[in-house]
Amino acid sequence: MDQNSATYEGQKMYDPKGWWDTYVFSQDHKIIALQYVCVALAIGLTGMFLSLLMRLQLGFPGLFESIDAGSYYQDVTMHGMIMVIYLLTALFLGGFGNYLIPLMLGCRDMAFPFVNMLSFWMYFLSVIILVASFFVESGPTGAGWTLYPPQSILEGTPGGDGAGIILMLASLAVFIVAFTMGGLNYITTVLQSRAKGMTLMRMPLIIWCIFLATFLGLLAFPALLVGAIMLIFDRVLETSFFMPEIFKGGEVLDYGGGSPVLFQHLFWFFGHPEVYIIALPAFGIISELISVHARKNIFGYNMMVWALIAIAGIAFIVWAHHMYVAGMNPYLGFFFATTTLIIAVPTAIKVYNWALTLWNANIKMTVPMLYCLAFLVTFLNGGLTGLFLGNVAVDVPLSDTYFVIGHFHMVMAVSPVLALFGGLYHWYPSVTGRMLDDRLGKIHFWITFIGTYLIYFPMHYIGFLGVPRRYYSNEQYDFIPQSVADLNQFITICTLIVGAAQFIMLYNLIKSLYKGAIAPKNPWDACTLEWQTLESPPGHGNWGEQLPVVYRWPYEYGLPSATADFVPQNVSDEQIT
Amino acid sequence: MSDNESVSFEHTIPDNLKGLVADWSSDVQAFRVRWSKAMMWIFLVSDTFIFGSFLSAYMSVRLTTIEPWPNTSQVFALHVGGTDVPLLLIAIMTFILISSSGTMAMAVTSGYKKQRKKTAYLILLTALGGVAFVGMQMFEWSKLIFEEGIRPWGNEFGADQFGGFFFMITGFHGLHVSIGVVYLSIVAKRVLDGRYDRLNDYQMVEVAGLYWHFVDLVWIFIFAFFYLW
Repeated sequence: MDQNSATYEGQKMYDPKGWWDTYVFSQDHKIIALQYVCVALAIGLTGMFLSLLMRLQLGFPGLFESIDAGSYYQDVTMHGMIMVIYLLTALFLGGFGNYLIPLMLGCRDMAFPFVNMLSFWMYFLSVIILVASFFVESGPTGAGWTLYPPQSILEGTPGGDGAGIILMLASLAVFIVAFTMGGLNYITTVLQSRAKGMTLMRMPLIIWCIFLATFLGLLAFPALLVGAIMLIFDRVLETSFFMPEIFKGGEVLDYGGGSPVLFQHLFWFFGHPEVYIIALPAFGIISELISVHARKNIFGYNMMVWALIAIAGIAFIVWAHHMYVAGMNPYLGFFFATTTLIIAVPTAIKVYNWALTLWNANIKMTVPMLYCLAFLVTFLNGGLTGLFLGNVAVDVPLSDTYFVIGHFHMVMAVSPVLALFGGLYHWYPSVTGRMLDDRLGKIHFWITFIGTYLIYFPMHYIGFLGVPRRYYSNEQYDFIPQSVADLNQFITICTLIVGAAQFIMLYNLIKSLYKGAIAPKNPWDACTLEWQTLESPPGHGNWGEQLPVVYRWPYEYGLPSATADFVPQNVSDEQIT
Repeated sequence: MSDNESVSFEHTIPDNLKGLVADWSSDVQAFRVRWSKAMMWIFLVSDTFIFGSFLSAYMSVRLTTIEPWPNTSQVFALHVGGTDVPLLLIAIMTFILISSSGTMAMAVTSGYKKQRKKTAYLILLTALGGVAFVGMQMFEWSKLIFEEGIRPWGNEFGADQFGGFFFMITGFHGLHVSIGVVYLSIVAKRVLDGRYDRLNDYQMVEVAGLYWHFVDLVWIFIFAFFYLW
């Protein structure tokens, strides 16, 4: 034990001098987390705005003349890339990860604070490069967020004449560097600098989730990096890694002999784990929130951890279920369909455990709890449509229709965002020392929750009718009935309302910063360490003189020997009153 | 450096599987090593996936491309004394790089024996091996580019992708070696300055060694897949 305590004494604290060091080039994990959250929310709003533009075109085709076919594809592309990578990945791991890991594990900061700061600034740089592509000649790339070659690097693709695709790939490469710096920090901190008594199996589930999601990222992003580098070479040096022999306008291009499917493999070897990089932190947030706001320990903690590990492992062998129609060997489809259905097992374990946590619990209908319930329903919905798409025979007709859009927005867009909002409401008091407005929160919740269902449920129906995704206009096709146009109009109106409702939350976030009720130190009566700091919000170094010592697991609710219905992790058996 | 500076790493580890379980179920830290060493290992795992993706892509395209792959023993041959000697240059390069791994391992050992100067000179010797490797790689590249006319987008020996993959992957590896040379020089300077004597801990030398051995190991795969296949 003695040698371990030396770890704490040995850690020299980073000491900020002046305003710039404290708030801008800060190495404090809490400030870096806030910087991540703010930049991610800003770029996320841009992504949302792009989706509104798409919906305006789909709902009212031709009404807005500024949205032509080219800019529509650019909006689709940038919306997808921004939301998946620059919003959700950055916000969950850079934001929540940075904030919660040291606080929940009882250490003073990340293992490498300077690298952590670099990580944020690299992320910031990648966002700048991404945004810059809106301002170059012919705009950002319009090749779809999957950036499939050949169209992504050929001129003639929307945005393909200028530097759009180069900027996109460069931005991705910089983002991967940023993520690697952050990720090495998260993993080293989780493995090597926990509080005394904090064994791995006493970590809150969200730390497990962020830890495993980071591992997924560190192993999956390399494939994207390699794909991006090769794509840049194909574009700039005219190598033919991904380019087969191509005729354009009757002329042979200089390419030949490459394999476009190879890029799809590289992309989805990254792309599928990426789904879980987003989903796992959402799982973690839900596990925390459900337990705290239902005043009950999480059901089956060990099974939850092993299910997470199983998901993280299997996530690497399911990628080609995105490629059933890509022209790969059909026998591969059998393999990937099987693994895809197998990964549903640990996922189902988690959903059952959440449901069983709620069973007979003392459920408090707070805003975070509402988001948890909404997440469970939405995730279940999205997961069930995944069963359709995971099977080759069903997927082939449904592939590239609005059914797919409905499915993945339910399962990896709306669900994580609901968890994200729940997390914001839950941890806002810890960050700012003030509570968010409950009434505004509930208004925001109900509009968002009902609204997203009104948006994405009809898409499943549209998909069954065979309406292809990514089409600029559905008007010229005889097989598409009028009901689709009506539904699209309805969806667009809902989208506008839900989009506007997000400003309620932004208003709430900013207003409560100044006028919110002062939060007690542990407003939700939670057991985890981030609520047990000396000061609230936690100051620099988090813990004052003495680092916390952990005596129990993070979900000690309703202990018979205690008068309160919860016992914090750093309270020993003798201290229980 | 906010590292766990003054940790002593003397402890008893139970054997084999029990030791594994004890490590992972301990509190505070899962591995009794410096944070930077843990981080280096994790980084190398991630880096393995980068090289793995590069090499898988290369192998996949080599199998699917329509034109025949260039005859590597002809392309990489060196004209010495009137005959073409296949793989001569690359054999020397590989020998130097592997030898530099040997000197690195000796540096780590003498570091743990706290032999300050010997450690520093061995690290510098390792870096010198790296410089020699990169220098010969530059020679090889210029020979391929200017004499054989191999370009990333095509060549006259066979499939277009040969040049692209060759320059991309060996270039990426050469970049790793170059970064490694800079990294080793910094570590050597720190050794000479006596920084690790003051800490009474030479583990940072081993961390640098991990990186260097990794770069070496990757080269073995590149060598096998590019030159011998």
